[in-house]
Amino acid sequence: MQNKLSPFLKTMMIFGYAFLYLPILTLIIFSFNSSRQVTVWQGFSTQWYTALLQDEALLKSLWISIQVATSAATLAVILGTLAAISLVRFGRFKGRGFFGILTTAPMIMPEVITGLSLLLLFVGLEQIIGWPHGRGILTITFAHTTLCMAYVTIIVRGRLADMDVSLEEAALDLGARPIKVFTAIILPIIFPALLSGWLLAFALSLDDLVIASFVAGPGSSTLPMVIFSSIRFGITPQINALATLIITTVAIGVMIAGWLMHRKK
Amino acid sequence: MKSILQKLKLNFTSPFWVTVIPFGWLLLFFLIPFLIVLKISLSDLKFGLPPYAPLIEWTSEGLLIIKINLTNYTFIGTDSLYLFAYLDSLAIALLGTIGCLCIGYPMAYGIAKASPSKRTILLMLIILPFWTSFLLRVYAWIGILSPQGYINTLLINLGLISSPLSLIDNTFATVLGIIYCYLPFMILPLYAFLEKIDHTLLEAAYDLGARPFQAFIRIIWPLSRPGVIAGSLLVFIPAVGEFVIPELLGGSQTLMIGKVIWNEFFTNRTWPVAAALAVIMLVFLILPIAIFQRYQEQQVRFLDAE
Repeated sequence: MQNKLSPFLKTMMIFGYAFLYLPILTLIIFSFNSSRQVTVWQGFSTQWYTALLQDEALLKSLWISIQVATSAATLAVILGTLAAISLVRFGRFKGRGFFGILTTAPMIMPEVITGLSLLLLFVGLEQIIGWPHGRGILTITFAHTTLCMAYVTIIVRGRLADMDVSLEEAALDLGARPIKVFTAIILPIIFPALLSGWLLAFALSLDDLVIASFVAGPGSSTLPMVIFSSIRFGITPQINALATLIITTVAIGVMIAGWLMHRKK
Repeated sequence: MKSILQKLKLNFTSPFWVTVIPFGWLLLFFLIPFLIVLKISLSDLKFGLPPYAPLIEWTSEGLLIIKINLTNYTFIGTDSLYLFAYLDSLAIALLGTIGCLCIGYPMAYGIAKASPSKRTILLMLIILPFWTSFLLRVYAWIGILSPQGYINTLLINLGLISSPLSLIDNTFATVLGIIYCYLPFMILPLYAFLEKIDHTLLEAAYDLGARPFQAFIRIIWPLSRPGVIAGSLLVFIPAVGEFVIPELLGGSQTLMIGKVIWNEFFTNRTWPVAAALAVIMLVFLILPIAIFQRYQEQQVRFLDAE
């Protein structure tokens, strides 16, 4: 449906986009402020970026976050893809409805509940079977995998449902084994979905504060946990600089991805 | 013919583990944890680590003792602070959802009406903030709303006010933060439904003499309703349990339940009370979650919008 936008709609659109982007813009502008006072402009400076690079605690937490996000995203893509294949391709098996609910529920569950329940699971498991020994990168990774696989399942499900089944059927009729069908036909077709699922999972993991706070142990503070504790003590231009770096990276990434997909079409 | 093919496929491509691995993972890391929360909400508080007493005990005489302890729940029932925290959470989440709908609906409608090339860019601009740090987007509002923030500085410099307005550390700032952070969750499912509406329906309505407002109420609104419901629940459910936003923007007077659970857990270390609070919150959310699950089949694709 295409139509000329009414003045009301136009106003609302401008207002809405301004609402979404003005706060981000203020973050970026004041990251180049030379004053320690965040809200008063005193001149251009990149000192906060330099300070950022010398902040050891922050860099350490960034490294932990990257490790967690990489493994959680990879695990989530594997598990999410398997879940999506079961849901879309295996017809109506027993327990399918329940499985379907279980795959999307982590997406809307308040993070406080997910975090608390996973911590209690890890504590209970350690008491009973002695694993996981303490909490740290491993427990955060498992927690994030559970959260992220919901998103991956949804994305891959959408792609699988759009896919032409006759290709797979033809291959099966010609005697290809299921594994071959998966690697030769399904995988290349759903690859863009896997890639966007991986990236989304990575971003979600890198961003999560609440669940990580519950399941992290001593010495395994993630980037959001370090940011959070410094925000609690007030605003600092250094955090603005960090925000600017994150936003720029994401914006460039999304634009490249969008451009690549656009070109493919 | 089709059923035969399907059966064949079932035999060929449904190795047991394709379902069992993800299913097992979710059972272990999502479902069982809830049962543990339920269990711990019924156990005694104990000093030590973990700070709760076991529910099931073997005595030396070989007796199995199961202690179910409802004191955590009665404790929550007697302290009106918890009741207010629940009611405030529901009210704040509701206000946030209404705010998202009021801003998100016209935006989603506008995007759906734009030309295809513009639409891609407009949608990307909606998705982009969703990819950037949630925490830092909340942080941005501290700089805007605080007493020394941009709004107060601007108003004082213009001479409109003499002392800063209290814009932060209240319910208003919390609702604003929720609207800001959850807006993309409202717009994407709304857009998915608005975009599918057949334009000829509207033309027919106009030909039959309908005014734009009538056409909207009778055609567009009913057809977009699943999107409204899905989007609203996608905002409302996580917002009820929100921690970061009330913590950073709500100040000490805004007591949302997510924050209360966090404090019980980390500050007071009363794990059984925190678990009981989580169980009660889940009871509040079961109905909205069930409704959402009914709609999620239809909006499965909104995340893959681009």
